[in-house]
Amino acid sequence: MSTSWQDILDLGARDATPTTAAENEAADRGSGVFRRLRESLSKSRRALTEEISASLFERLDDETWERLEEALILADAGAPTTAKVVERLEHEVDAGTVSPDGEAVRERLIEILAEVASTGRAPIDLSGEPAVLLMVGVNGTGKTTTIGKIAWHLSREFGLSVILAAGDTYRAAAAEQLAEWAERAGADLIRSAPGGDPGAVAYDAIDAARARGADVVIVDTAGRLHTEGNLMEELAKVSRVIGKQIPGAPHETLISIDATTGQNGLRQAQVFSEAVTLDGVVLTKLDGTAKGGITLAIADELGIPVKLIGTGETLEDLSPFDPSDFARALLAE
Amino acid sequence: MFDQLSDRLQATLSDVRNRGTLNEGDVDAAMREIRLALLEADVNFKVVKAFTANLKERCLGSDVLQSLDPGQQVVKIVNEELTGLMGGSGSDLAYASKGPTVILMAGLQGSGKTTACAKLAHHLKGAGKDVAIAACDVYRPAAVEQLVTVGGRAGAAVYEQGTDADPVEIAAWALERAREEVRDVLIVDTAGRTHVDEELMAELARIRKRTKPHDVLLVVDAMTGQDAVGVAESFAEAAEFDGVLMTKLDGDARGGAALSVKAVTGKPILFASTGEKLDAFERFHPDRMASRILGMGDVLSLIEKAEQQVDEDDAEDLQRKLETEQFTLEDFLKQMRQVRKMGPLSGLIGMLPGMGAMKGLKNADVDEGELDRVEAIILSMTPDERADPALINGSRRKRIANGSGAKVQHVKQLVKQFDQMRVLMRQMATGKPPTPEQLAQMQGAPAPRPRRVRR
Repeated sequence: MSTSWQDILDLGARDATPTTAAENEAADRGSGVFRRLRESLSKSRRALTEEISASLFERLDDETWERLEEALILADAGAPTTAKVVERLEHEVDAGTVSPDGEAVRERLIEILAEVASTGRAPIDLSGEPAVLLMVGVNGTGKTTTIGKIAWHLSREFGLSVILAAGDTYRAAAAEQLAEWAERAGADLIRSAPGGDPGAVAYDAIDAARARGADVVIVDTAGRLHTEGNLMEELAKVSRVIGKQIPGAPHETLISIDATTGQNGLRQAQVFSEAVTLDGVVLTKLDGTAKGGITLAIADELGIPVKLIGTGETLEDLSPFDPSDFARALLAE
Repeated sequence: MFDQLSDRLQATLSDVRNRGTLNEGDVDAAMREIRLALLEADVNFKVVKAFTANLKERCLGSDVLQSLDPGQQVVKIVNEELTGLMGGSGSDLAYASKGPTVILMAGLQGSGKTTACAKLAHHLKGAGKDVAIAACDVYRPAAVEQLVTVGGRAGAAVYEQGTDADPVEIAAWALERAREEVRDVLIVDTAGRTHVDEELMAELARIRKRTKPHDVLLVVDAMTGQDAVGVAESFAEAAEFDGVLMTKLDGDARGGAALSVKAVTGKPILFASTGEKLDAFERFHPDRMASRILGMGDVLSLIEKAEQQVDEDDAEDLQRKLETEQFTLEDFLKQMRQVRKMGPLSGLIGMLPGMGAMKGLKNADVDEGELDRVEAIILSMTPDERADPALINGSRRKRIANGSGAKVQHVKQLVKQFDQMRVLMRQMATGKPPTPEQLAQMQGAPAPRPRRVRR
């Protein structure tokens, strides 16, 4: 039972069923989707289908726990979270609450991991009218691409009207990149001259959304390293500008984290959450071999859950996050 | 760079360093700490295992624990091993004997290839090379536009054919053009790709075959985790890269990934790229970096940076002035401008021996805006006032404050601080290091002021 788009979106009073047109379109794309799915299953997304090898739990001794630790650390879960999970499992086995049978231990481990990954889990709040979604993250983690994909899903599958705000006024050609995505997704784009004020772009986009009666505004921001104090302040300001225009907005702030990121990802989430209120993580680039275990540490230590996962370059390659699937994939060889 | 790794290793080692005697248990405990520090820094699990095993064996070797200063010996061994892990004494690009040197850039999406191309071009231009960049990323929307902009900023010619042509053909065409235009270097930017994307990896191999690059650089994000090793192995196969260019090594990036890549593939780290600006880019020197991580300072890099910016006669003149306390605000201004040309001050502090251990200074996020103000204040003074700040009375202060847009207190503070600094500098010039109290005293004043510590 994996998580669907309806499960992960809170559209408020709006009709949350995908439009039939989108379904037809989805059917038209069918062959392409399945071809891609087959291809990814055969190589890149192999990780998402395989499960922790049962042989790991054939014997339960120190070596088992050590190898389990190794597997979690290799998945980037980080030493503290790894230690916590393994200790808990070991304790439960010792206490007899989990029968010392390989299959049972394995299932329990998946439960524990899924539980950790579900910390703070809530749907993406798009109930506002218009709803404002702010996208933040370090350079190169896939913010702009993710925005394009979210816009596509909202507009093509749920029939919502979407406005994109090109708040990355810094990186060369960032607005052009977003313009391309906007066109593909059938969304409107609000932009300014290069070097313009990102807060002003967000402001204009919300104005436009009100005037046109649009459902959702998605605000892109420039990638910034979390160590850049000034840029983090600028981000806080963009969020404040949005909040002044619509009390309670941005309704949802998502940070994109690259699945290949290691322990630094935890710092990224932590420092960004000091500047803006983070509601969730978009784990991008899961189509490689990286497992994105750092999000386990982020959920565990900061209570910020993953909401979406990005698995490729095309518009459809964005899916709702499913904690159980993720837990199973985390330890796959 | 490597700040967190550095913190943890220094804490562990300062404990060891100060011991008169060491036993096997102490070494074990230190190795556990080092192991955790490396894992936290994202060094690959397997690399860490081998590294600490090797380290432990050397530390427990026959003569270390029995020596007079076992603590120092252990620190020395860690330094040597860390240098080895990072790649020994350092490597450089291979250049063509004739015609353009071709440098092929490869890496995952978002690792910073396009920016790195521009920075590398800027770096090579600084060494007097005529550089062109070929835009072969035809997939990511607006990638070509981005390269045209940043490449132009770096002063490189950007060869592009839009996004409809085949990347292999663009590369071949660009090489031909670079030959015709007699460029020294052609940097080939490629699309970011997942290492499991066989189609794109094959394309990369074809670009390699067609352009026969002298150097293939793998661009690795310093924030990459454990997967870096798998990525590097795949790229080693398709692109046979020669070296690593590590990006986003700013602030608290851990960089363990790059160390793992070196350990697993044997390919050296050639360059480190740190910030947004074009010149935030340097050659990577493993030995110096190891010293920096262990808090032993990197005076060599600091001297090199200074040499690029400071005129030797000026330096001697300055030395004389400092010794005799004839150092004026005019000199101070000149000095400040020279130092600022060397790059952001926060980057320089880490290169000073022992500074890493001084928490306050290390985390000082030097506010460049304050420096601008100091500059404005001095520029609003008359030459006489600059030569002799004692002249500055109430009405002069007011005039200076008005002229520079600062407050009267700022002017007052600057003059006071300058006096303190003059004393301090004379001490340093004559070979006496400042006491921590003196440094702490300086910190209350306007220029370089440590801002709040974020952690």
